[in-house]
Amino acid sequence: MNIELFFQYLVAGLTYGTIYAIVAIGFNIIYNTTGIINFAQGEFVMLGGMIAVTMNKFMPLPSAILAAVTLTMILGALIEIVFIRWLVKPSVLRMIIITIGLSIVIREGALHIWGESVRALPYFTGTEVSSIAIGGVFISPQVLWVIGVSSIAVVALNLFFNYTLPGRQMRACSANRDAARLCGISAKNMVTLSFVLSAGIGALAGCVVSPITYVQYDSGTGLAIKGFTVAILGGLGNSMAAVAAGMMLGILESFSIWVMPTAYKDVISIAILLLILFVRPSGLFGNKEAFSLKEF
Amino acid sequence: MNFHKYLPIAALISAVIAIQLLTYFTGSAYMLTQLTMSAYYSLVIIGLCILMGYAGQISLGHAGFFAIGGYISAFLTTCNLLPYRSHSLVSLFSKAGLLNMSEDLYGGQALHFHPWAACVMAVLFTIIAAYCIGGPVLKLKGHYLAMATLGFGIIVYRIVLGTSFFGAADGLSDVPSFVIFPGLEVSGKSSVRIQNYYIASGLVIAGVIILLNLINSRIGRALRAIHGAEDAAGAMGVNTAKYKLHTFVLSAVFASIAGVLLTHYNGGIGPSEASVMKSVRYVAIVAIGGMANLWGALLMGFLLNFLSLRGYFGSFDDAVFGSILIIIMLFAPEGLLHKNSFRGIKKIFSHTTKEEGQA
Repeated sequence: MNIELFFQYLVAGLTYGTIYAIVAIGFNIIYNTTGIINFAQGEFVMLGGMIAVTMNKFMPLPSAILAAVTLTMILGALIEIVFIRWLVKPSVLRMIIITIGLSIVIREGALHIWGESVRALPYFTGTEVSSIAIGGVFISPQVLWVIGVSSIAVVALNLFFNYTLPGRQMRACSANRDAARLCGISAKNMVTLSFVLSAGIGALAGCVVSPITYVQYDSGTGLAIKGFTVAILGGLGNSMAAVAAGMMLGILESFSIWVMPTAYKDVISIAILLLILFVRPSGLFGNKEAFSLKEF
Repeated sequence: MNFHKYLPIAALISAVIAIQLLTYFTGSAYMLTQLTMSAYYSLVIIGLCILMGYAGQISLGHAGFFAIGGYISAFLTTCNLLPYRSHSLVSLFSKAGLLNMSEDLYGGQALHFHPWAACVMAVLFTIIAAYCIGGPVLKLKGHYLAMATLGFGIIVYRIVLGTSFFGAADGLSDVPSFVIFPGLEVSGKSSVRIQNYYIASGLVIAGVIILLNLINSRIGRALRAIHGAEDAAGAMGVNTAKYKLHTFVLSAVFASIAGVLLTHYNGGIGPSEASVMKSVRYVAIVAIGGMANLWGALLMGFLLNFLSLRGYFGSFDDAVFGSILIIIMLFAPEGLLHKNSFRGIKKIFSHTTKEEGQA
């Protein structure tokens, strides 16, 4: 293999890895405040892309993306308020089944609204053939958009959780819910906020990636599985580790095309998921002892 | 060992016969086709019910086991071994009587596995696969278990979709009929429709009898203890890992047998049978039936699959199952047919619930 091809694969892997990491962070935000894995996380990504494509017919691209992210956030809040907020200590099995049901209903709803056709936003800058050469490697400008927007989102989330009042309140809730409530924090509102945030970041990812990967009513499921794999790989709840794990999975997948038929690309990442679940369910960067004390 | 124990089974048998007579007298015998298919799906569902309701382990990969059964059996009964007949392995199979010579429409000859041999191999392979997957998977709990079984289901789906000798997106077709013994065959021909309805229903009844005995035995009590509190069950000397694994394998075998027979009945199998949506549908039906309620799962399995196969839900098929899942889990997590909700009806089948209450 020549060095240029190697870097080409590497860049492709990094692009997908970034998206997986963003989806994984969406999982982590909700998991940290509620202890729930939201199986409908991939649907937020799909909705973001779909709504932005539709909105883009009526308004310029930046405001279409803004509208898509806002609408998905509102939907995230609605889902939490209608389906989850009023449940009293639901069992994990019950929550799994409810969020799976939600993902199916959202997906089928999207099918009836948008049909089966494959859509995409236009490239943010340039077209699908324009490329920037960096040291002999050709990179589509959209790749830079994906990596740039995602990095900003991750940094912004970090700032939010560390330096703002609602961010700190959310962290307090995830550390000890009862103690947080004794301090006057509304745990229920924090859960709603976590759904809003995770819907927003998912929708944003859906928008920036749609010119490259396209978006369809059922494209959320695959992303959700990859995102979950990455979240587990990094250690559930740990967003910074998810970024590293996302890059790893993206690159691994990208190079797997080399040795395996493309049809089996998904098999690789799921096999990694199973392997990590069997061997080290606390994740690559997680603490084994802390993990064994957690409740599911 | 009293008379009451067999009352529900007798009721089930009479219901099966009554439905057949009803379709006969109303001139809607064509509905038996969908009823037969529903019966096979119900077989998957009662198997899953034991795993989910009694052992308390979710599986989002049961369509995978169904597909393993269906695909292996379809592959072995349709692949032509004639070009390889001189190969030592093929002649060994031939000597063992596992192979079957058949003639196609144009007089061309084909050599393939006898459906019985294919069925046994499919089930054996399922058992091996279930042991290999179940061993590590069942150590997990909650979300991890759900995702791991989902992952297994997706791997099976991707493999059948991406592999050319499994027909890729087209699936396998022209699967011959399964002659169980002369005069009794599983096939989609309309001349043997009634016969097939009884084969499928008989299999379901047999499955129910096996599972009822299991539930009310030492194993069943151990499973319920695991569901209630796994650590406590372990402390009382229940080998939790062993019981969970064996239940997992048993329910996989149920799914696999259903897959084998439905494939012969339909004359083919496609990748959609392995899809995640199918697995979710099985879970949905078990949940509606009330998790630890074999009769509820059986009734709902028959009813919802029949309605779905008859096309009553139209293009909202998946959406209906998704909505049912949400509504049931929000408002009636114990299922529609819970002890308190239909006490009157349940009295007829009281022996199972009574023992449940005491356990």
